[in-house]
Amino acid sequence: MARSHDLDINRREVILAGAATAVASSLPGGAEAQPAALPGASGPSHATVSLTVNGVIREIEVDTRTTLLDLLRENLQLTGTKKGCDHGQCGACTVIVDGRRINSCLSLALMHEGQSITTIEGLGTPDQLHPMQAAFVTHDGYQCGYCTPGQICSAVAVLAEVKADIPSHVTDDLTAPIALTEAEIRERMSGNICRCGAYSNIVEAIVEVAGRRA
Amino acid sequence: MKFDTPAADNPIDQLKIIGQPVSRIDGPLKTTGTAPYAYERHDVAPNAAHGFVVGATIARGRITALDTSAAEAAPGVVAVVTAANAGPLKKGNNNTALLLAGPEVEHYHQAVALVVADTFEQARAAAALVKVDYAPAEGAFDLAKAMDGAVRPEKGDGMGGAADTAVGDFHGAFAAAPVRLDATYSTPDQTHAMMEPYASTAAWDGDRLTVWTSNQMIEWGRSDLARMLGLPKDRVRLISPYIGGGFGGKLFIRADALLAALGARAAGRPVKVALHRPLIVNNTTHRPATIQRIRIGAGRDGRITAIGHKSWSGDLPGGGLETAVNQTRLLYAGAHRLTAMRLATLHLPEGNAMRAPGEAPGLMALEIAMDEMAEKLGIDPVEFRVLNDTERDPENPDRPFSQRQLVACLRLGAERFGWSRHNPKPGQVREGDQLIGMGMAVGFRNNLLMKSGARVRLDAEGRVTVETAMTDIGTGSYTILAQTAAEMMGVGLDKVRVVLGDSSLPASCGSGGQWGANNATSGVYAACMKLREEVARTLGFNSKEAVFADGEVRAGNRAVPLAQAAGAEGLTAEDTIEYGDLAKRYQQSTFAGHFVEMAVDAATGEARVRRMLAVCAAGRILNPKTARSQVIGAMTMGVGAALFEELAVDTRHGFFVNHDLAGYEVPVHADIPHQEVIFLDETDPTSSPMKAKGVGELGLCGVGAAVANALYNATGVRVRDYPITLDKYIHRLPEVG
Repeated sequence: MARSHDLDINRREVILAGAATAVASSLPGGAEAQPAALPGASGPSHATVSLTVNGVIREIEVDTRTTLLDLLRENLQLTGTKKGCDHGQCGACTVIVDGRRINSCLSLALMHEGQSITTIEGLGTPDQLHPMQAAFVTHDGYQCGYCTPGQICSAVAVLAEVKADIPSHVTDDLTAPIALTEAEIRERMSGNICRCGAYSNIVEAIVEVAGRRA
Repeated sequence: MKFDTPAADNPIDQLKIIGQPVSRIDGPLKTTGTAPYAYERHDVAPNAAHGFVVGATIARGRITALDTSAAEAAPGVVAVVTAANAGPLKKGNNNTALLLAGPEVEHYHQAVALVVADTFEQARAAAALVKVDYAPAEGAFDLAKAMDGAVRPEKGDGMGGAADTAVGDFHGAFAAAPVRLDATYSTPDQTHAMMEPYASTAAWDGDRLTVWTSNQMIEWGRSDLARMLGLPKDRVRLISPYIGGGFGGKLFIRADALLAALGARAAGRPVKVALHRPLIVNNTTHRPATIQRIRIGAGRDGRITAIGHKSWSGDLPGGGLETAVNQTRLLYAGAHRLTAMRLATLHLPEGNAMRAPGEAPGLMALEIAMDEMAEKLGIDPVEFRVLNDTERDPENPDRPFSQRQLVACLRLGAERFGWSRHNPKPGQVREGDQLIGMGMAVGFRNNLLMKSGARVRLDAEGRVTVETAMTDIGTGSYTILAQTAAEMMGVGLDKVRVVLGDSSLPASCGSGGQWGANNATSGVYAACMKLREEVARTLGFNSKEAVFADGEVRAGNRAVPLAQAAGAEGLTAEDTIEYGDLAKRYQQSTFAGHFVEMAVDAATGEARVRRMLAVCAAGRILNPKTARSQVIGAMTMGVGAALFEELAVDTRHGFFVNHDLAGYEVPVHADIPHQEVIFLDETDPTSSPMKAKGVGELGLCGVGAAVANALYNATGVRVRDYPITLDKYIHRLPEVG
């Protein structure tokens, strides 16, 4: 690498080198994960990330600036996960990472080395719907469909959170088992905006699935 | 098919499939993330480059220098498009400002450049390297300050109506009325905030352009995009099978589509562009703010004698009105009437249609005024409205409403909601720490007729394919068009396939103004009537006697499977529904009663909606499940309009400050309770052979005022400026005892 850069660039290289080492050390078979050649002082760099998406191990070279969301939508062409705001404000990009839901737009792809990602495509298919997907259809818990994958991923994770007794803002008793009230559902789902306004139906879909499980 | 006499009995009246609450046929695709939206077309444009839009950072003025050299030299950059290199561009017929600025800048975040690169990250990074110098100009950004200079627009209300109307002697009657209200209300600028950003993928094949986009009105869009680019219309194809919400924002071609086309031409390969969320509010259109003065005079018996409604709104030069007074011309009786609309020049981004343009903000004001008037008169708010119901167009008593079940909506709503528990004296009902209030308002929205075409094919397997350039913006078009074809052809829903959103298909009415369902299904009805005739002719049946049921055609003692009638080649029919003057002879409108219960924390003022009910009379309900979803979604938007939604105007620099989904607050799950919707049995034979109207906007109309009236009933604090945020009433709440 060129050495004629200023302090900023040197600092960037240090970070890059660190990231590359971390990636390389976790790759099977000692695959090399060198950053791509820097075309200029301000040029982007690439690194390889290995993660499991819907049960399939993927090893992908990505621009280090790529979010988990864009890795899914652009690199892997899993476009079921939606980009509504790219700023963590709408929840359309919700996916489940190691069992917990996150906004995939607020997370760089490289931060998920070795992790397991479940997207809407991993829950079910048009011919074999996940119970939550089927309940959304039955209760008309969507209209335009754009927030829907995020709502469904969120809903699936919400049921797991409640089952694990993870409290929310509206949980009265932090030590007792959590009851899956509609207030709990509404509070926990509030990071997923539906501008079409299907909320009333979404809650009914989630209640139905939760009831079936109980 | 020309529809010019009221519909008689027809195959739709069987209601075997139409009118049934079937689940959406596109549901399995939407819930699995497999419905393709505009920016996701790896299937058709696998090598698309990414475009990132640079927006102007002044509200008005000129670009004095635009340096793209650093962006062009950045990694991965394929092209940079600006007005200087884009070639001649015309303004679209449906746009007020150009979609690509330069050198003149007409509004904040108007696009000044598109940076195209191999990847999104590269395009975004390079866009930050575009250097623009401006010579800003002064502008007007404050409606309250500009309203004195507002004018009566030459083009009237922009929809063929007048800006001003008058019947009788309003001023004399108002002055003479024993009970009077004269109050001024305001509604803020609002943004559609649909979840899918404005997005397009464009590809050229020689001089032919295909754009996969997110657009409500395929035919308008194709015409306007061709016009902008100086192409014959037949060289442009728009494809928009799934639209992630529109609410009026996607009625027209916006910068994403034009810039994707220009970017693809410059790059020599497909280009996709999504407007990044913080750009959308100021780059695109919004619902303009209004200031509305309402005067109502009535006798002590509660009968309105004088009703006046004047509204001010603003827009860019060449723009139009927010038609907030229009419902007041039709909604209530009263011999002496006056409406007026004034348009101020504002240099904010372009104002345009948002769900129920006109009526949504108009009823937010009028229906508070009616609540205030009822209180002055000492009459129950429901009874006051019933008392002033009219069966005829109040400006033209020779012209009846085709159907007007407003009173039935109100009576049934009052009964189901428990309105008898409404305490007319506000601030009286407590439950623990909560102040409880009930409010109601009338919903009203006209029915609009638009011609709409469709093609239907019957194949050798007995399957029916519906093809039309109609769109489904979440409204349920796929499903109700399939239901229409299934009912008409006598087949099960599983035998019908629907293809939408492609300008190569028969032109359709598109989605807007709650006209989509009635007109698009009527287009399919017309095409199916033709196909039935084709089938009958092929079989030598008398088409008037032929019965289409259970996948068969029957006449006399003969029954032939449809598949057999289709033959190996299949049969195809295409037609367009067009309308005569029934809508002139009859006023076709839709009506609702909205009821809301609010709980307001007596100490903190936190306001929550506890219950909501809408009772709607809107012609035949084609699918109660999807229609109900339209209404609950609209009610949700009404809660947002009442309590949260406001684009904050920076009146110094001329832009909307809260231009993302964190700053512009829309309702979330926690804000919305279970919602109830009741549809009255109604068919309107003057509207179409489907006898349907629309509900998608009716559901919003009046909701804001019902929330406002409930909050007043809970607290005793009347707020006339939306949204009703805490700062406007907490200091006026009753003392906490």
